[in-house]
Amino acid sequence: MIIDHPLLGPRDAAEFVYLGDASLINRPDYDADNAAQDFYEYLYLRDNIAGEMRELWYHEQGDRSWLVVTRNTLTHEISKVELARDVARAQGRDR
Amino acid sequence: MRYSALQILKQGLTGNKGWTPAWREPEPKSDYDVIIVGAGGHGLATAYYLAKEHGITNVAVLEKGWLGSGNIGRNTTIIRSNYMLPGNEPFYELSMKLWEGLEQDFNYNAMISQRGILNLAHSDPQRDAYARRGNAMLMAGADAVLLDEDGVRKLCPDMDFDNARFPIKGGLWQKRGGTVRHDAVAWGYARGADERGVDIIQNCEVIGMQIENGVCTGVETTRGKIGAKKVAVCVAGSSSRVMSLAGMRLPIESHVLQAFVTEGLKPTLPGVVTFGAGHFYISQSDKGGLVFGGDIDGYNTYAQRGNLPTLEDVCEVGMALMPNIGRSRLLRMWGGVMDMSMDGTPFICKTDINGLFFNGGWCYGGFKATPASGWCYAHLLATGEPHETATELRLDRFITGNMVDEKGMGAQPNLH
Repeated sequence: MIIDHPLLGPRDAAEFVYLGDASLINRPDYDADNAAQDFYEYLYLRDNIAGEMRELWYHEQGDRSWLVVTRNTLTHEISKVELARDVARAQGRDR
Repeated sequence: MRYSALQILKQGLTGNKGWTPAWREPEPKSDYDVIIVGAGGHGLATAYYLAKEHGITNVAVLEKGWLGSGNIGRNTTIIRSNYMLPGNEPFYELSMKLWEGLEQDFNYNAMISQRGILNLAHSDPQRDAYARRGNAMLMAGADAVLLDEDGVRKLCPDMDFDNARFPIKGGLWQKRGGTVRHDAVAWGYARGADERGVDIIQNCEVIGMQIENGVCTGVETTRGKIGAKKVAVCVAGSSSRVMSLAGMRLPIESHVLQAFVTEGLKPTLPGVVTFGAGHFYISQSDKGGLVFGGDIDGYNTYAQRGNLPTLEDVCEVGMALMPNIGRSRLLRMWGGVMDMSMDGTPFICKTDINGLFFNGGWCYGGFKATPASGWCYAHLLATGEPHETATELRLDRFITGNMVDEKGMGAQPNLH
């Protein structure tokens, strides 16, 4: 698989480390009333999508940026690559 | 029909006209006592033991494709019980004991070959760790022998013992481990279950679950609705997809594991050998091909094929252990989709929905577990209680904090 890095261009997927579902960006609020349940779901439960999935890849052998890659888990086709930073900012986070 | 040497002789002398199909192709009935979703090794074993050990024969096994078309046909055929944790080892040792009597039990030649499995140690601490693991195995009734370097040399002279970085210092030898003709396991269980009245219904995909007031009353399939008192899902690799029909999210990610076979060679390995300094395991098939594999690719996928970086890595590790395989050519490679659970351990348990049961999360260790998985799942379905060797294989262990993490990796599926 080739990941088209927004800053560095096409890079071999072997340069990256995979974390999983991009929803892992959204860590639950530790202070909420149901924090224990929220963290259980955050840590352990997964949608495990068959089809287009947004996922986190870390460019460990490169510029060490986190990317949000939209990839089809049935075909391995990559349709979109974004910097995770931009995705988080678009959601209203400061970093 | 009972298979025997006498039967072969009789059929041979009468033109082989008397052989009958090994199983029927029945139409689905409107209701069953138990529906098993998935006619793979584990599902068929479950049906077989339900019928044989518990007398429950009003059972259907539903299969999307053809029976045995999943991971029972896509593995490296290794059997072993060299685990350590108390939640794991008795279960895998039960499986080993069932393997040992399986061919006589279901009257089918599964070519079970107890040629042994050897885990190599490359340092003193690693040998100590194997001593501890071996003791845990002995305490669970399994067999284990700690070998020194000479002992390993006698077994496998063809390896790179004096490697500068990873010299071979010894190993943990389980003589009762070995390999099995994997497809024959599915066929033997299917034939044995069918003989006892179980309906194996192929080309019948489950597309919905009938759940009313928290009770599962059956499934919707591509061949119509089928009612059941109990629905037992057993579709490792696709567990998340099927259980999502019941609205459940699982502690599972689907990953691909690749395996490789070389051209046939003269005998060079006594049994299964695993490298201790990288993830690599290798055995030699009866036809002489070296069968080997290593890590999963590491990203979520439902495609039954992997990518080249993993192939390169596995071959590099293999060359570090056995430089002599560098001249042999790869004949075939394939990938299977694994249910990678969050702690590397499977599930055989009830769910919060009454009448709906779950078996999955086998990571890349499902094949060796086939008999015990069927045995324990049948026990759970028939009695309502988990089998004594499978009490820790529960879905709720993550919320209660009772993970069974054999490798101590934490909640990161692609590291198990």
